Amino acid sequence: MIDLAHVSRSFGARTVVDDVSLRVEAGAILTVVGTSGSGKTTLLRMINRLVEPSAGTVRIAGRDVRSVPPHLLRQGIGYAIQGHGLFPHRTVAENVGVVPRLLGWDRRRIAARVDELLGLFRLDPALYRDRLPAALSGGEQQRIGVARALAAEPPILLMDEPFGALDPIIRGRAREDLLAIQRRFGTTIVLVTHDMDEALRLGDRVAVMDAGRLVQEASPAALIGAPASAFVGALLGGGDRAFQLMSLRVVDDLVEPGAAPGTPIPAGTSVRAALAESLWSRRAALPVSRDGVILGRVTRAALEAQGAGP
Amino acid sequence: MSRAPLVLKVALLAGLGAFLVAPDAFAPLFRPFAPGDSPPIYAQTPLLRLAVNHIVLVAAATLAAGLLAVGFAIAATRPAGRDLLPFARAVANLGQTFPPVAVLALAVPVVGFGTVPTLIALVLYGLLPIFETALTGLGGLDPALLEAARGMGLTGRQRLVQVELPLALPMILSGIRVSAVIGLATATLGSTVAASTLGEVIVSGLLTGNTAYVLQGGLTVAAMAILVDAGFLALQRKATRRAGFRS
Amino acid sequence: MGETTATLERPGARRLGAIRPGLDPLGSVFAALIGLSLLTLPLMTARPNRIAAGESLMAWSALPPGRVLALGVVLGLAAPLLVLRIGPRLRVVAAGGALVILCLAAGWAADHLTLPGDRYGRVSPDAGWWLGFATAALALGDGLARLSPGPGIRIALLAGSAVLSGLALRSGFWDHLSILREYASRSDTFGREVRTHAGLALSSVAAAAAVAIPASILARPVPAARTALLSILNGVQTIPSMALFGMLIAPLGWIGRTVPGAADLGIAGIGAAPAFVALFAYALLPVAAATVAGLDAVPEPVRDAARGVGMTGRQCLLQVELPLARPAILTGIRIVLVQNIGLAVIAGLVGGGGLGVFVFQGISQNAGDLVLLGALPTVAMAGAAAILLDAVIDLGRGPERRR
Repeated sequence: MIDLAHVSRSFGARTVVDDVSLRVEAGAILTVVGTSGSGKTTLLRMINRLVEPSAGTVRIAGRDVRSVPPHLLRQGIGYAIQGHGLFPHRTVAENVGVVPRLLGWDRRRIAARVDELLGLFRLDPALYRDRLPAALSGGEQQRIGVARALAAEPPILLMDEPFGALDPIIRGRAREDLLAIQRRFGTTIVLVTHDMDEALRLGDRVAVMDAGRLVQEASPAALIGAPASAFVGALLGGGDRAFQLMSLRVVDDLVEPGAAPGTPIPAGTSVRAALAESLWSRRAALPVSRDGVILGRVTRAALEAQGAGP
Repeated sequence: MSRAPLVLKVALLAGLGAFLVAPDAFAPLFRPFAPGDSPPIYAQTPLLRLAVNHIVLVAAATLAAGLLAVGFAIAATRPAGRDLLPFARAVANLGQTFPPVAVLALAVPVVGFGTVPTLIALVLYGLLPIFETALTGLGGLDPALLEAARGMGLTGRQRLVQVELPLALPMILSGIRVSAVIGLATATLGSTVAASTLGEVIVSGLLTGNTAYVLQGGLTVAAMAILVDAGFLALQRKATRRAGFRS
Repeated sequence: MGETTATLERPGARRLGAIRPGLDPLGSVFAALIGLSLLTLPLMTARPNRIAAGESLMAWSALPPGRVLALGVVLGLAAPLLVLRIGPRLRVVAAGGALVILCLAAGWAADHLTLPGDRYGRVSPDAGWWLGFATAALALGDGLARLSPGPGIRIALLAGSAVLSGLALRSGFWDHLSILREYASRSDTFGREVRTHAGLALSSVAAAAAVAIPASILARPVPAARTALLSILNGVQTIPSMALFGMLIAPLGWIGRTVPGAADLGIAGIGAAPAFVALFAYALLPVAAATVAGLDAVPEPVRDAARGVGMTGRQCLLQVELPLARPAILTGIRIVLVQNIGLAVIAGLVGGGGLGVFVFQGISQNAGDLVLLGALPTVAMAGAAAILLDAVIDLGRGPERRR
């Protein structure tokens, strides 16, 4: 879906992005993680031409982005940023409807789309439609920001630290919302973050940037299993790699026939949560159920084995 | 103009000084603007004396306006004065709607002609810019900073003198700068009510249709205003650096 | 006035629900000034003719006994009320009452002191009246500020007081006051000069806005152009207004004489042209500076988001940046309009007409009342413009963000 080939960007003598090549498959989530000043935001902004590359090409669906006028290109790509960038003089409905209006949708269709999106983000349209951004909480503003980015059903969504300003509980819910909506629309997402946990949790693939260079690009499990450099290891936080790995995997593949005592855990539980439950409730094995039907059991030994390095 | 290089300002100062000390040397420059045989340089009163009167008048008015305005701003930002703040703002705003000529004209019936009504008009008109900026400077300080000062045990007076005023100084200076520049131009109006300022030259030019006089008076005042503006800007930058802000 | 506090604080008075114990510091100052102005300063001056020396009269000798009583009763009620911690509505009523009775007293005194058939005698307010009037007006403003009425109400109040003053003037109630005698001998030119004055101020500000706003939008993104624009306009501001008006006479006169058709457009060395150009030049900087500041204040994420959702530069400017900068730009326009209404007085000095004609005639004839005839309408116009534009700026902010 998105192809970056030998992309570089310098501001004066400073090279901010240095020869990066990347590929994002359609419908996948790529998270770009790095310290501040690593060039991750610039990389993101080159995809919708908010920054023009000094060298290299960016292709979307095989087409060089330079062949499309920038404003038309951007109308087809969702863009959500930290601090949301909501227009303070426009109501919630006007903010969400800004791209459809630029695209010339008729009024009724825009209104319907706005209400649909507000509903998706669990905001009652009747209550929120006519409010100004200043009258919203931080979490609500963030949701409106993402809703605006998705308004014209773009195939691609670019996000720059979208959850940066939220408190941990709201942040967790916002991530779940994003995953649910991504599954529903099949949107291809590139998300920039400085939080490795967030990158691992959300990304199908994780790209690590350092000083303008792409250090590693891999699936979360591969990244944890084999960090390409000491820098990636440091970002991963070294010590609890085993647990990071466990939280990426679910118990479903580990179920074996047999019985176990106590309350069952639902299928889809992460290995990490299942192991914690096994330790806490002092059970060597836990029953696993799906929709009330017992599928079998997982043993603590099988859970523990998931934390082993390659 | 204020950002023009130093050389230009020094040249301007030198030119202004030379003109005031020996105006007759510049007569050929103004010759084309004087009608017929009328003298190109104003001679009824020496220009230097008028310029000094002008500067002294404006300096006195600006000083008075500065003391009053900063005093009001301090009072309005103390806890006891908070109630007065909306009123003080309203009055300051109202003061601005009084045109300086009107103040001058209204003061004449009460205090008579001459320097006094000019001084009153200049002080009243100079109050607002200083009051506004002093209020912004004192009222806009980070509450966390004042809380920290309180936490360290500074008394109200110590907080004002050691923390608030130094931090607000750049803002206050910018208000005084604006006030002084406006005052220099406004003081010329004083000559319509017989105050001895450079306005005398302009009025005389207007009455006799002698553009050379109008130019002399106007350009001299403009040059002084530019120099005063530059001087205060330099002071302001220094104060900004001392207050630890990036200038 | 403090002795009445105790009686008014009894429960009976509290039924008003607006009086709380304690004294209002600002109100006390107002009350003291009103008392002082009336009891220690002369209310009116009476002169046998326009330029003769006047006789200052205290309130009790300037008014017939019944009217002195009315003045005393109204002010005697209003001043103690201002001292107390009363609600803003009551405060407005008290201050408004004081203001109205002072206006009435001026008319009464003029009638009382003017002999029947005397067409040369001059009666004008003296220091006590002016101080009392100014204090009552300030108290009224304070009460209104505490009420903080919405923009619609402010406009309505402004219109109401304009209509009321107009009716009072028309009724002939104040016709024996000196300032209206000056008016009577100039009634043929007064209306024209007011129109010239307002026209000069409004047209110069409109022209300046039409030039300065686009210029700032174009120059702002380019640092060199932006600095140049603001420094040049800043330089214009340092030239004294009188000199700028005067300097323009020669070049405009030359253009009027030599450029074909220019004279037909009204371009000439004498008259309104130099005044218009000078006022226009003075209005440029505040409008340009406000536009630049307003656009600078648009938050970077908002601008980034506007480009990010695919707005063109033009759409971003028209739909996002200018609407957000509008309050700042309007504030700049308000400042120059008020400033230019005042500066337009100078036009009277260079033959440009306007209310300055009366001011400068008055100064040269040493006739204070003629000065007032020019100065008071100017102040009223400037004040009305300020109130009106402030209300418009508030209206533009919308109810949600005013809160």
